Amino acid sequence: MEKVKLVPFSGNQSAAYAMKQIEPDVVAAYPITPQTEIVMGFSQYVADGKVKTEMIPVESEHSAMSACIGASAGGARTMTATSSQGLALMWEMLYIAASTRLPIVMPVVNRALSGPINIHCDHSDTMGTRDSGWLQIYCENAQEVYESMILAVRIAEHPDIQLPVMVCQDGFITSHAVEGVQLFDDKTVKDFIGEYKPRFSLLDIEHPVTVGPLDLQDYYFEHKMQQSDAMKRTLSIIPDIFSEFEKKFGKKHNFVEGYKLEDAEVAICALSSTAGTARGVVDKLRKDGHKVGLLKPRFFRPFPKDAILKSLSKIKALAVLDRSESFSAGGGPLFTEVEAAFYNEKSNPLIADYIYGLGGRDIFEADIENVFRQLIDIAKSGKVKEKIQFIGVRE
Amino acid sequence: MANLKELSKTIPERLSGGHRLCAGCGASIIVRQVLMGTKDPVVVAAATGCLEVATTIYPYTAWEVPFIHSAFENVAATISGVETAYRSLKKQGKVTKEIKFIAFGGDGGTYDIGLQSLSGALERGHKFVYVCYDNGAYMNTGVQRSGSTPRGASTTTAPYGEKSYGKSQRRKDLTAIVAAHRIPYVAQCSISHWNDLITKSEKAFQADGPAFLNIMAVCHRGWGIPQQDAVDISKLAVDSCFWPLYEIVNGKLKINYKPKNKLPVMEWAKRQARFNHLAKEEYASLVAEFQADIDADWGRLLKREALDQSGTVELPKEKAE
Repeated sequence: MEKVKLVPFSGNQSAAYAMKQIEPDVVAAYPITPQTEIVMGFSQYVADGKVKTEMIPVESEHSAMSACIGASAGGARTMTATSSQGLALMWEMLYIAASTRLPIVMPVVNRALSGPINIHCDHSDTMGTRDSGWLQIYCENAQEVYESMILAVRIAEHPDIQLPVMVCQDGFITSHAVEGVQLFDDKTVKDFIGEYKPRFSLLDIEHPVTVGPLDLQDYYFEHKMQQSDAMKRTLSIIPDIFSEFEKKFGKKHNFVEGYKLEDAEVAICALSSTAGTARGVVDKLRKDGHKVGLLKPRFFRPFPKDAILKSLSKIKALAVLDRSESFSAGGGPLFTEVEAAFYNEKSNPLIADYIYGLGGRDIFEADIENVFRQLIDIAKSGKVKEKIQFIGVRE
Repeated sequence: MANLKELSKTIPERLSGGHRLCAGCGASIIVRQVLMGTKDPVVVAAATGCLEVATTIYPYTAWEVPFIHSAFENVAATISGVETAYRSLKKQGKVTKEIKFIAFGGDGGTYDIGLQSLSGALERGHKFVYVCYDNGAYMNTGVQRSGSTPRGASTTTAPYGEKSYGKSQRRKDLTAIVAAHRIPYVAQCSISHWNDLITKSEKAFQADGPAFLNIMAVCHRGWGIPQQDAVDISKLAVDSCFWPLYEIVNGKLKINYKPKNKLPVMEWAKRQARFNHLAKEEYASLVAEFQADIDADWGRLLKREALDQSGTVELPKEKAE
């Protein structure tokens, strides 16, 4: 591989540039804030003849995902991108893409869902689609976005997986902030992803297939079980893809990323850009002698239960930071799944949920430090006074 | 002009028998007649509806050709994805054959829930043929009113009752809406005029861009007719000008069949149970309006044809400076 280049890229530019290097056969997309720059950037690559991709400038996100389904079933490597309401409008088709086992890759720029309408970051959009059968990778920064896009293609198209993948980044915080991003050269990226060779294609007219048949009581359940099995298999297959990626690009990836957890007594679990903020707070509190750590799940689907348990096995008190509210009256989606993961397990930390940042409300180091201080009290007292709290919100 | 004997020899069977559509269903007749319009390989897409559920009950399929269904409102978007995959892979030399793309949707999936996705696909100019098999209601879910249901017809969501004569609104003119997208080929057809239908299908498949066929599809369950009357009743719709046969080629309208003896619309409607109540004296004025609407539409069609075919309309000249 050639020497890596460092360029000033936003998260959106990183996603668009990864798409340029991946050079899918078809991209069907629709503009929506804060994702629009991905579609714009990629459209320019097409207009400039930098890629062989055929674009479908659809009239809605519902049609974007529908066209992706048609294109992918037609044997094309297919991508789109969206945010928030766009993802919500796709909802019906997300399930169909996954159950049809189509390896579509979609960067999603996380944005709050209406209503009221809000264009800024939270995770309610992708969390709302967590049961759709898509894999979900959450990215802390533009570099992770870039690398995850390339990883996602290999994961989605693996013959024993064949499932679509969302690559999520925080709206504006990551999508519009410019950072130094290390880019790989085109050839190494293309070598890594390889050529897409679909098992079935609508364009293979010598071997006609019927895609999307009516599937009633006597087969639907079996097909759903196969889909469930495929998602389970991702947990054992993806680590091999991580290893290959590391060999090729010298970059490590994992289902979860721990920070100073080895001897930590208390820890915070957070997705995406907030993990970066929390890392700074860990360093600060460590200097003061507090044994604190951070866990950043990179994947929410599949839910990396074993990796989470292993990373947090010695933790006495854990705070889960949720950038979405699932209105279960029992905490946010990350919290409920992380908490459930510890049930009937040997390690059993005290766990509290902190819902934050809805609609793009900033989270500051002071907020996170306050969470750590509460955790230290919880670990000392052995009691969680308030199981679910909202932070950074006016009463 | 199509020759049925020759066609049956040269065109492979794409939709096999044994599917579960009703005897006397317009949809399967339409599929077989339309697919006689090309000898090239085809990829078929269908919207959710009778045609889709009855031909693809897993683990069986009646389709001898590649087929895709994804959802109800999006067959045009779905086929535009397949067609774009084709263009992309053909450009790269990964697909070499000439393939035609066709989407089938009912009136629910086309006039109503699928109108946006159809409009988008037409505007983008994908090379595909869209066929609306129009039976004038949501038949698959049990005869609910659609944007295509004629005024006065009784359906399960706009039923005839003590204070209702059935659907109280006129049907929308989808063919005109589609034509407003300025696509190269638009036509209305009926299974009763099979030669006209197959000829139009040929033209649709040859069009350099999107083509649209609106084809009246009898439904004996929804219309309340004997199964064996499918073709006869279709013919009455054409002869009464309820369902005129015309085509719009690159913007120019041509009527393909002008009944020598234009029948009153009730000659068609009275054969169907959904219009039974219109025979009552109290609905005489409604019937008169029904007829007047059809006469007016037919008159406009004749005028438009004269205009488009003669091209003699004088436009005001720009003043020379």
